[in-house]
Amino acid sequence: MQRDKDIVLEVEDIHKKYREEKILKGVSFKVKKGETKVIIGPSGTGKSTLLRCINQLTIPDRGRVWLEGEEVTHTKKSINQFRQKIGMVFQDFNLFDHLTALGNVEIGLIKVKGMDKNKARQKAMEELRQVGLENQAYLYPAQLSGGQKQRVSIARALAMDPKVILFDEPTSALDPELIGEVLEAIKNLAIQGMTMVLVTHEMGFARSVANEIIFIENGKILESGSPYKLFNNPKYERTRRFLKKITELYGESSEKR
Amino acid sequence: MFFTFLHLIILIKRDIIMIENFLMIYQALPYLLKGSLITIGLVGGALFLGFIVGVPMAVGQVYANKFIANSISFYVWFFRGLPVLVLLFLFYFGLFSLLGLNLPAFTAAILVLGLRSAAYQSQIFRGSIQSLGEGQMLAARSLGMSKFQAIWNIILPQALRISIPGWSNEYSIILKDSAVTYAIGVMEILTRGNFIATRTYKPMPVFLTCALIFLILTYGGVKVLDLLEKKLRIPGYVFGRREI
Repeated sequence: MQRDKDIVLEVEDIHKKYREEKILKGVSFKVKKGETKVIIGPSGTGKSTLLRCINQLTIPDRGRVWLEGEEVTHTKKSINQFRQKIGMVFQDFNLFDHLTALGNVEIGLIKVKGMDKNKARQKAMEELRQVGLENQAYLYPAQLSGGQKQRVSIARALAMDPKVILFDEPTSALDPELIGEVLEAIKNLAIQGMTMVLVTHEMGFARSVANEIIFIENGKILESGSPYKLFNNPKYERTRRFLKKITELYGESSEKR
Repeated sequence: MFFTFLHLIILIKRDIIMIENFLMIYQALPYLLKGSLITIGLVGGALFLGFIVGVPMAVGQVYANKFIANSISFYVWFFRGLPVLVLLFLFYFGLFSLLGLNLPAFTAAILVLGLRSAAYQSQIFRGSIQSLGEGQMLAARSLGMSKFQAIWNIILPQALRISIPGWSNEYSIILKDSAVTYAIGVMEILTRGNFIATRTYKPMPVFLTCALIFLILTYGGVKVLDLLEKKLRIPGYVFGRREI
C-alpha cells in the first residue's frame, strides 16, 4: 500500500469491546511527523483504551495500526520492536519503584536496546537534563514529587528515541500547582518537533500546542479539527458544550498556573 | 535439728547432680553442635531448593496459561495438604525406593523439605507479585521489554524485597520442621539429643540444650534476614509508622 512518507502513525478502524460493552467502535486517524494530536472526550469513552491499542498493550478486536508505514498489528516482527519506537507516558507515572530516576531512564537503553552501561548512563542523564531533573537523578520515585515523577517518566520515554510518544492523561493525577511543570516539559517537546498523541483535559494547553484536536464520544470520533475551529466554530452542539464545560472545570490556560 | 541435716544432704546431692549434668552436657556438646551443622545444612539446602523452585512457580501462577497455573495450584495443594512426616515417609520409604534411588537420609530430607517449602514459598512470592500494581508491567512492556525481561528486571526485584518478612517466617518454620527428619534417621540436633538422652537417662538437660540451640538458630537467622531487609529497603518508602 502506498503511504504518505510524512505520516508517522496511522490508526485505522480500531474496535474494542470488553465483554459485551463496546468501548471503541471504529476509530481512525493519522499523525504526521512533528504533529501534536490531542484527544479529548468524556471519561469512559475509550481514550486510554485507544492509546493502548496503538502499542498493543491492549489488543484491538479489529482494525490496524501502522508505524512509519510498517504494520504494527498482525505483524510477524516482535511487538517489542515496535514498542521501543512508541513511547508511552501514563497517568499514574508507573515509574519502577526500585530504581532511581536515572535507573528508570537507563534501564530500557540497557536491557532493551543493549546499550553499553556508561553510554546509557550518559544518555539517561541527558534526558533528565532535558526535563530539568539532573539534580534528582539519584533519588528514588518515593522521594520525588508527582510532577517530578511524571517528568522522569517523560525522560524514560524520550530516552528510547521514539518515533511518537503517547500521553495518557499525563497531568490528571497531579496537584494543580505541579501541572505546569509537566505541561512545560511536554510543550518543549512539541517545540522540538516530537510527534505526540495526547489524551488530556487541559484545554488551555490543548489549544496552545495541538495541531489537531480529536473529540471522541461513545467510542467514535465525533469531530476533529484545528483548536481554533473546535473552540470557535464546532460542527456539533455537543462538542461546544463539552468544551465549554471542561474549560470551566479545568481552566482556560495552563499559563495561569 | 535432724530435719535441717536431711535438708542439707538433699541440697548437696542436688548440687552434685547439677555438676554432673553440666559435665555431661559439656561432653556431649561437640556431638550436638555437629548435629546443628547438619540441621543448618538441611535447612539451608531446603530453603535454597524451595526458593529455586518456588520463584518460577509463583511467576507461573500469575503469568502463565491456565494449564500451567492449575498444575502449580495442584502441586501447592498436595504439598501443603500433607503433614511433613507423611511426606517424608511417602518419599523416603515410598517414591524414592520405588524409583530405585538409594538416597542418603540427609539428601532425601533436603528434597522433601525443599519441595514442600517451594509450595509455601511460591505463595509468599505470588502474594508479593500480585501486590505490585499492574502499571509496573505495563510500563516495562511499553518500553519494549519482553515479558520475561519485565519479570526479571522489574517485577522480581520488587516482589522479592517485599517477600523478605514472609520468607523469614518460612525460615523459622523450616528450621523447626527439620527436627522431624529424626524419624528417617538424619543425624541432626534432635536425633543426636535423643541418642544421648537414652544413654545417660538424663532427657531433661539434653533436650533443654537442644531447645537452646534451636532458639539461637532461629534468632540468628531471623536477625540476618532483618538486616537484609533493611539493607535492601528502597529509600523513601515507609511501611507503617510507630507514631501513627
